[in-house]
Amino acid sequence: MSKILVIAEHDGSALNSSTAKTVACAATIDGATIDVLVLASEAGSVAAEAAQIDSVARVLTVEHADNDKAIAAVLAPQIAELADGYTHVFGPSSTFGKDLMPRVAALLGVNPVSDIMSVENSHTFKRPIYAGNAVARVEAPAGSQVVATVRLASFSAAPGGNTAEIVSTRVNAARPSHTRFLKLQSAASDRPDLQTASRVVAGGRALASEENFEMVYKLADKLGAGVGASRAAVDAGYVPNELQVGQTGKIIAPDLYIAIGISGAIQHLTGIKDAGTIVAINKDEEAPIFEVADIGLVADLFSAVPELTKALD
Amino acid sequence: MEKILVGLKRVVDYNVRVRVRNDGTGVETDGVKMSINPFDEIALEEALRIRDRGEASEVIVLSIGSVDAQQQLRTGLAMGADRAILVEADPGLDALSIARTFKTIVDRDGIDLVLLGKQAIDNDNSQTAQMLAAMWDRPQATFASQIATEAGKATVTREVDAGLETVEIDLPAVISVDLRLNEPRYVKLPDIMKAKKKPLEQLAFADLGIEAGPAIKVLAVEPPAERARGVMVNDVAGLVAALKEKGLV
Ligand SMILES: Cc1cc2nc3c(=O)[nH]c(=O)nc-3n(C[C@H](O)[C@H](O)[C@H](O)COP(=O)(O)OP(=O)(O)OC[C@H]3O[C@@H](n4cnc5c(N)ncnc54)[C@H](O)[C@@H]3O)c2cc1C
Ligand SMILES: Nc1ncnc2c1ncn2[C@@H]1O[C@H](COP(=O)(O)O)[C@@H](O)[C@H]1O
Repeated sequence: MSKILVIAEHDGSALNSSTAKTVACAATIDGATIDVLVLASEAGSVAAEAAQIDSVARVLTVEHADNDKAIAAVLAPQIAELADGYTHVFGPSSTFGKDLMPRVAALLGVNPVSDIMSVENSHTFKRPIYAGNAVARVEAPAGSQVVATVRLASFSAAPGGNTAEIVSTRVNAARPSHTRFLKLQSAASDRPDLQTASRVVAGGRALASEENFEMVYKLADKLGAGVGASRAAVDAGYVPNELQVGQTGKIIAPDLYIAIGISGAIQHLTGIKDAGTIVAINKDEEAPIFEVADIGLVADLFSAVPELTKALD
Repeated sequence: MEKILVGLKRVVDYNVRVRVRNDGTGVETDGVKMSINPFDEIALEEALRIRDRGEASEVIVLSIGSVDAQQQLRTGLAMGADRAILVEADPGLDALSIARTFKTIVDRDGIDLVLLGKQAIDNDNSQTAQMLAAMWDRPQATFASQIATEAGKATVTREVDAGLETVEIDLPAVISVDLRLNEPRYVKLPDIMKAKKKPLEQLAFADLGIEAGPAIKVLAVEPPAERARGVMVNDVAGLVAALKEKGLV
């Protein structure tokens, strides 16, 4: 029997969809009982959302002003304390979970498993290595606690409709003050979130300027799509860092991904391997992006993209 | 601050197209170009800049793994590190043991700041910095794209999913670095000559008194699922038609 604790990701008021995906992964373990843990300053609305996720038995909440921002050094000791009695502790492989879960694992004295893409049994998993160029089947020691992150692009969010019990909990763990949140800068946008959008239009270095990137936004808006970018486009300052797709950016799985002026370096491709349909527009017919594209168009983006946007009227 | 410790992992060069071995035991490494993990080069560059601003006195590079990692440590010395430590161990050593090895050196040498890569590009774990910080009971700032140090503190900008987060941490601390932090310098020939004279200490993991594991066992390594090659269209009209056919527009 597996008893799994899933750490909820949230921004203080709303639950991140990564939580329902992490629950979906946990639910693929035979006979699992799943509890979700919400650490927050005020857990109310987040816990209520978590209680609706299918397969969740209970939602535990720990409310404290120090839990207002997700500081790993503050949250990890609380999770380690509450992990007692659980066979597994799972978090999402978002920057939140990647930052937090190894710290939890070290406190529990176990090696963490990063980026579970599928579950074979309670202690055996598949995970990508070498930027997704290989897949490792890994086994955690029998009988040991499993602390892991879940690769979000590999799982669809567990459905809602549940009414799990919500239990307010207290912990004794020390909450260190050596790490202090100062600010979060986020380029606000009304466009669909890159990580959950069913369609994504992404631009690369070839866009050549922030102004030209408007073309990508226009096409995205026409399609109701989220916007992504290659590392080169982010490095050049055309778009903010949170739009980066790839090994060191976001790993996404939209139904439709349109890559514009992106060469298709392995570090980029690792971020889109699970996309439904990949479309590539590139003027170089030898560009590696065409090796993975479902639909390829060799063309100059500066004429093709406006033409495409217009054709979709 | 006195001492900065930087992790340099020897990994398959990021330009190599890795191939899974036919027997499923791992990826082909014979005759393959090996380099410093790209994130670690950035960590070292940052450490050197902090030292050269006069905010630290010594930069130490540490690699844990095969004796061949001497090459990467020599490159680190040529970039400007003051001394190097090689802890000889099985290249597949588990993450807990790696973090414990860092902790052993941190305690032994009295380290104030540890700079690591945000992930090793071979196992893509992204674990060591966080685990070391937990064992040390000190702050961690992961995925750093900007670091400012002052007496006893560091202000770190982190690349997170929502954008850029800034935190302030007390030193000693562990920071893991992201790609946009800096551009590592190129090593010049005279630096390579000079680096030959810098100290490179060799230790054996077996002598450190660290209990290894319990490790995550790799049962098999497989190639990823291939995507089938798609179709090429001739023009935008063809693209729109193909999208329509798939019901995507
Ligand atoms: C450790 C590491 C991690 C990395 N992580 C990531 C990551 O997460 N995400 C990522 O994206 N990259 C990542 N990279 C960088 C990656 O290796 C590539 O450098 C990057 O993806 C290239 O971006 P690009 O395709 O936009 O630029 P380029 O490779 O320069 O490609 C530009 C493309 O545009 C085409 N083009 C030029 N002009 C036109 C035009 N007028 N019309 C149409 N096409 C045109 C060119 O033919 C070319 O194919 C990483 C690298 C390292 C070392
Ligand atoms: N064997 C090693 N030798 C030196 N540094 C390492 C080693 N393993 C991990 N590190 C450091 O820890 C970082 C993160 O590695 P990982 O947690 O394995 O993804 C790397 O970028 C290195 O800075």
